[in-house]
Amino acid sequence: MTSFDLTDGVRSLNQHLQQPHDAATQITAVNAKGKHAVAVGATQLHNITIDGNVGYYCGGMNQHAHIHVKGHAGPGLAENIMSGSVRVTGNAAQYCAASGHGGSVVIEGNASARCGVSMKGVDIVVRGDVGHMSAFMGQSGTLVVCGNAGDALGDSIYEARLYVRGTVKSLGADCVEKDMRAEHKEQLRALLQGAGIDDLAVDEFRRYGSARQLYHFDVDNASAY
Amino acid sequence: MTDTSWMRESATFTRPVIAEIERAARTGIYDIRGFGARRCVPCFDDLLLLGASMSRYPLEGYRESCRTDVVLGSRFASKPLHLDIPITIAGMSFGALSAQAKEALGRGASMAGTSTTTGDGGMTAEERGQSKHLVYQYLPSRYGMNPDDLRKADAIEIVVGQGAKPGGGGMLLGQKISERVAHMRNLPEGIDQRSACRHPDWTGPDDLEIKIQELREITNWEKPIYVKIGASRPFYDVTLAVKAGADVVVVDGMQGGTAATQEVFIEHVGIPTLPAVRQAVEALQELDMHRTVQLIVSGGIRSGADVAKALAMGADAVSIGTAALIALGDNNAEHEEEYNKLGTSAGFYDDYQDGADPAGINTQDPELAARLDPVEAGKRLSNYLKVLTLETQTLARACGKSNVNNLEPEDLVALTIEAAAMAGVPLAGTQWIPGQNPL
Repeated sequence: MTSFDLTDGVRSLNQHLQQPHDAATQITAVNAKGKHAVAVGATQLHNITIDGNVGYYCGGMNQHAHIHVKGHAGPGLAENIMSGSVRVTGNAAQYCAASGHGGSVVIEGNASARCGVSMKGVDIVVRGDVGHMSAFMGQSGTLVVCGNAGDALGDSIYEARLYVRGTVKSLGADCVEKDMRAEHKEQLRALLQGAGIDDLAVDEFRRYGSARQLYHFDVDNASAY
Repeated sequence: MTDTSWMRESATFTRPVIAEIERAARTGIYDIRGFGARRCVPCFDDLLLLGASMSRYPLEGYRESCRTDVVLGSRFASKPLHLDIPITIAGMSFGALSAQAKEALGRGASMAGTSTTTGDGGMTAEERGQSKHLVYQYLPSRYGMNPDDLRKADAIEIVVGQGAKPGGGGMLLGQKISERVAHMRNLPEGIDQRSACRHPDWTGPDDLEIKIQELREITNWEKPIYVKIGASRPFYDVTLAVKAGADVVVVDGMQGGTAATQEVFIEHVGIPTLPAVRQAVEALQELDMHRTVQLIVSGGIRSGADVAKALAMGADAVSIGTAALIALGDNNAEHEEEYNKLGTSAGFYDDYQDGADPAGINTQDPELAARLDPVEAGKRLSNYLKVLTLETQTLARACGKSNVNNLEPEDLVALTIEAAAMAGVPLAGTQWIPGQNPL
């Protein structure tokens, strides 16, 4: 077990995560106290536990590492995550998993506005609610919302898949409800299981995605652009 | 034939205006095109350099050295870029350009000892392989963005805006979303791709400061970090970029090029490069950061005269895009017949968005792209960069400078009142700088 005290900054931890190691290491980081850029740019498998709340961009551009934040996370949690996982016991502020290319992100509490904005392959599971404009321009990957979704869910969405258990305040441009077929239930079941959620049934969720009506510029869609 | 010599054409409804109204009425959609602003705006042609005479002496043209190298990014980065010439290649995407064109840009820039820049859509192996100094653009869309490429780059350019469309996002029409482009951008093939106009995970200068910290942490505080802005309010934007921690600020004036933007945006948004340089320099000077944070200027740079004047106004380097494409072969008359088939002519071709570029530059069509030999095109670009450098040196020596970066505003006068006001240099033959001092 390697321990880092973040009182004096995040440099030592981040350097450690970006250096080659022969084997995965167990890491704890204490005294995060809202610091920004905690555990960013990891390049290989580590199991990292961060005690306390983190600021902006925790787990940014993560590759392979598994990061567990025992607290709340500020904006841009796991932005551009490539692989591995990031889990937060509390809430996540806006832009959670923005532009994430892969890996998984689990929020045990709520996620604020623009959760999964510009997502490109990441799988996100939010136990609570998500704010407005979530999955805006979502390209691929999956957003699972066990609570409710705010305004303009999936606005200008491409091929990302959205599953919402509660209410959706409104859908964004070109985002529509779609059938829940067997393969979708299977995918959702696996994502919930991976997130450690075993008290919810997949039948309680609805699926949303792109109507693909805005994929080509068309004057008849001018009001939607 | 009808005699039209007595007819008076409307100054308001000119023939191009009438043609555009007719086009809009016919198609129902705004005009999208590439290239850059066509309107006439005050520019470096409206300035003149004051050669040496009695009060200062010139350097011998072919005997006395005149340095051209420049260091970019020395404020915080542990590995700043050291370029042989103060002329860099601007960001242009693989997607907008063919892989061959990107490779040629890398080859030409490397031969000339300068940097080239990626663009929306990520880094290609061809470009990285042929670029000695490669700047990696970090854009709102984050298409193709990954930390491995970030670390392979020699510098990072956070793109806030572009001179051709400050405040606007990007677009790449379906004709250019080939299988490879779609894969790199994680999009369905053949769709009309939109690029966001704002970054997905930060808004405002306070956030940007934290974002820059994150990028430095991920790249071990090695890479210079540029912030690129489209010129609209350069004094404030440069101030905020410096406050956010930029090593280098790139200011792109409205004459800057684009691969695809609405005509109305290209021609009517942003300010010309000339006043943008002055305002950017003023911001740096007010912060006591001039020369500590380097300034790169782009937007309509064509000749060594433009380079010398930009440097004299206080820029540390310039960047070229449209001119570089022309050096590769864009709009070359050898393709005249094919331009005619597209309803245009060499020198006028700007439908980059359609991907049918006969020169094989602005296309993803494999057959068209194959027309461009990256080695030959790279050589042409290298030649052009060398000419720009020689011209800049010639002018700098004439002004008595042993380093092109020693050119200064005192070496400049303006031909018009407008240019004098915008550039902050005296109207030729007077001491008058409009807006700064009395007659």
